[in-house]
Amino acid sequence: MANLEIDFCGIKSPNPFWLASAPPANSAYQVQKAFSEGWGGAVWKTIGAPVLNVSNRYGTIDYKGSKIIGLNNVELISDRPIELNLREIAETKRNFPNNAVIVSVMVESKKEAWQEVVKRVEETGADGFELNFGCPHGMSERGMGAAMGQVPDYTCMVTEWVMEVATKPVIVKLTPNVTDIVQPARAAVRGRASALSLINTVNSIMGVDLDSFEIKPNVGGKGGHGGYAGQAVKPIALHLLSAVASDLEVQKARLPISGMGGVETWRDAVEFMLLGATSVQVCTAVMHWGFRIVDDMIEGMSNWMDDKGFLTVYDFIGKSLPRISNFGDFDLGFQTTARINPDKCIHCNLCYIACNDAAHQCIDMKSLQLNGETMTALQPVVREEDCVGCALCSRVCPVDDCISMVEIDTGRPHITWNELSKSRPDVVSDWDKMEQYRKEANIHIH
Amino acid sequence: MAEHYKPVKYKAWELNLEERFQEYHPPLSEREAVLEANRCLYCHDAPCMVACPTHIDIPTFIKKISTGNVKGSAKTILEANLLGATCSRVCPVEELCEGACVMKHDHKPIMIGRLQRYAMDYAAEKNIKFFQAGKANGYKVAVIGSGPAGLSCAGELAKLGFDVTCFEKKEMAGGLSTYGIVVFREPVEVSLAEVKRIEDLGVKVKTGVNVGVDIKFEDLIEQYDAVFIGMGMGNVPDLSIPGEDIPGVLDGLDFIEETKVKKLADIKAGSRVCVIGAGNTGIDCATIARRLGSERVTIVYRRSEAEMTAYHFEYQFALGEGVSFMFLTQPVEVVGNGKVEGLKCIRMDLGAPDKSGRRVPEPVKGSEFVMPCDMVIKAIGQKKHKNVVDALAKFGVKSENGYVLVDSETCRSAHPKIFAGGDCIRNKGEASTVAAVQDGKIAAAAIYKQLVGATSPNEKHIEPVLSPVK
Repeated sequence: MANLEIDFCGIKSPNPFWLASAPPANSAYQVQKAFSEGWGGAVWKTIGAPVLNVSNRYGTIDYKGSKIIGLNNVELISDRPIELNLREIAETKRNFPNNAVIVSVMVESKKEAWQEVVKRVEETGADGFELNFGCPHGMSERGMGAAMGQVPDYTCMVTEWVMEVATKPVIVKLTPNVTDIVQPARAAVRGRASALSLINTVNSIMGVDLDSFEIKPNVGGKGGHGGYAGQAVKPIALHLLSAVASDLEVQKARLPISGMGGVETWRDAVEFMLLGATSVQVCTAVMHWGFRIVDDMIEGMSNWMDDKGFLTVYDFIGKSLPRISNFGDFDLGFQTTARINPDKCIHCNLCYIACNDAAHQCIDMKSLQLNGETMTALQPVVREEDCVGCALCSRVCPVDDCISMVEIDTGRPHITWNELSKSRPDVVSDWDKMEQYRKEANIHIH
Repeated sequence: MAEHYKPVKYKAWELNLEERFQEYHPPLSEREAVLEANRCLYCHDAPCMVACPTHIDIPTFIKKISTGNVKGSAKTILEANLLGATCSRVCPVEELCEGACVMKHDHKPIMIGRLQRYAMDYAAEKNIKFFQAGKANGYKVAVIGSGPAGLSCAGELAKLGFDVTCFEKKEMAGGLSTYGIVVFREPVEVSLAEVKRIEDLGVKVKTGVNVGVDIKFEDLIEQYDAVFIGMGMGNVPDLSIPGEDIPGVLDGLDFIEETKVKKLADIKAGSRVCVIGAGNTGIDCATIARRLGSERVTIVYRRSEAEMTAYHFEYQFALGEGVSFMFLTQPVEVVGNGKVEGLKCIRMDLGAPDKSGRRVPEPVKGSEFVMPCDMVIKAIGQKKHKNVVDALAKFGVKSENGYVLVDSETCRSAHPKIFAGGDCIRNKGEASTVAAVQDGKIAAAAIYKQLVGATSPNEKHIEPVLSPVK
């Protein structure tokens, strides 16, 4: 079995799977149960300022019979007294010395308040802190959570306050509800943070009830934005993770990153780690199925690592990061075309209608002969000379490996937009020149 | 009704008599229906739609179930097929829409029949009216027979503004759906609700009127601008064997009819029953007998399993109900003195294929034996309405093998005012409710074109099904 242990800026964890700071990490009972079922670490549900919660707290998006593809919440930070939380944190760390216990904190924007809570948490023996600069609802209106994470100067300032007194590693948790997440990430680096984590939840309204016209989730007839999480946000999380992880300032500071946002299975976890996460945090999937899902996460990742020949997780963390690029650096000469395998085709014709109505009208319905016999159903066939290689047909096809996108050699120059802009500035600014270039380069727009 | 449908919750013997004759498949719950609808790929130019003789836009009605627009779904179905509720229960979906489903090969096909029933039940429970009579165009049409063909034709004509009168020989309208479909496939109420739907369009349904006896054909042809004949088929023909008239020898269709109109407790079924004929009617009779409490039910068929005309899923259903089959067995005499005591049969062997490609059974000499039984049910096909066909011949209506001959594009007979559809024209191909519904539509469109001189607004759904369905 592969070695899943991680050392996250000094925080040791038997595996990279942590409970995110959220309802599943609300009490000693829960966190200790999670540890005994295999979770490597937990970020304790945020402690700090006094709060009062409302109900209902959760709204979900279901899709075609599948429950909870996305979940939003308007729950606040821990509503249990801080003393109780600190006592339970200490007990948990005592009972599970080999698991990572990280405490999420959030207090009002005062130096004394932050430094005091840090000192009190240190007494519990916890392994580190996570600064909650991301909570998008309830706390942000009180000047906490996202209100700090959305202003890089505040992020830097509070991080500095904490670093002045903290002896344990400090993770700064970033909010996705910003224009450019790299800015607060750099601010955390400037504030001397030990690590970063992302993403917090995404601002959202889950829906409107068609009968009562109420907002979902409904809080006594009203509703408002809450934090969106779960599988639906994973692509957003992967993008923001890759943006932060490939930023040179972040890289120079060598901060490890804890990734989250839609991690549901070991496969999701591997993707986050390939894009630079050292640990992953999970909430929504646990809220749906309980702690037991970690068993498959550990086993699945381990089996995958064995298959790939990876001995430790460090063999693949960040492995796909160098492939993250920008449009301007893509190869304009790379060309694919769709090929439909008539043996696998079930004649649903979804590729045809998608191409015809929404793409480039390059699939024809043809009467085909197979083994000398004319097929009864018309067969969708790609007109390859007109196929732009957009891949829509292969995405809508319900049959595995029926439509493949095949690389073809068109003889076009392998040049990027940035290179072209430099070498032929006239081409990128003038349509006539562009047309001329296309002829030269054998590019036909049909 | 396909095999992959969920098996019933209880075995027949665990149910009381009433429960045994409830609909075999329970309705889908909302969640089941939405889940199943979401499995549908929503094919473009879908093969299921092509396979449906009435060309219901199946992907569209299923999509509408998945979005919670069940009312719209029901409308989509009824636009193509006014008898959607009956069809959702009696269609051989394995042979038609579900058999063509692209999900059939690697997965389970979509349960199109049960989804259609879900939408139809919704419309019935909420009593939603989707269509209204068209603006009166002054033409009158007589429809003979109120089975699927007649109702379909009458309903479509009423939507187009015709003044339609439908004549029905029996006490209740609905034809085979009311009287001839085994009750655990389709309850009488479903059929009568469909009749009501047609009546709501302004069609006058006159029951208890035997055309040719109570009204002369001449009068109909004279008084109406067009006549549509959807008279279906008659009773089971004679076996022409000794002992056939002994009490206890029943006509299979009468036997099925009893379950539709009588109290179940009042229906007599023997303790040992022989059903003659292995078509779908034979299966119905045998399974009814089992559910009524007959201890031993045997279907006797002179050919082999390979030649039987019952659908595969019906055969499987009968086996599951504990019906036994005696293949290559020909009844030669009903034995008994004042009551049925046995069925004398002879063993058969298969010889050379006949014109239809089925091998001809030949008796094995000296192999006679008597099967003890106290009831014999005949289910060897249906008689044609010879008297009607003969009467119509006087007006120039042509026939073949006792079936009315019509033009497949229009369902018009050799007489320009007389149209026909349903089982009474189905000389070739498989007779079915859904094909009859399509005939009614085709005839209605042709009558509209002939009298009003325009193309029917419902033309998109018109495509003949006279050629064999498969």
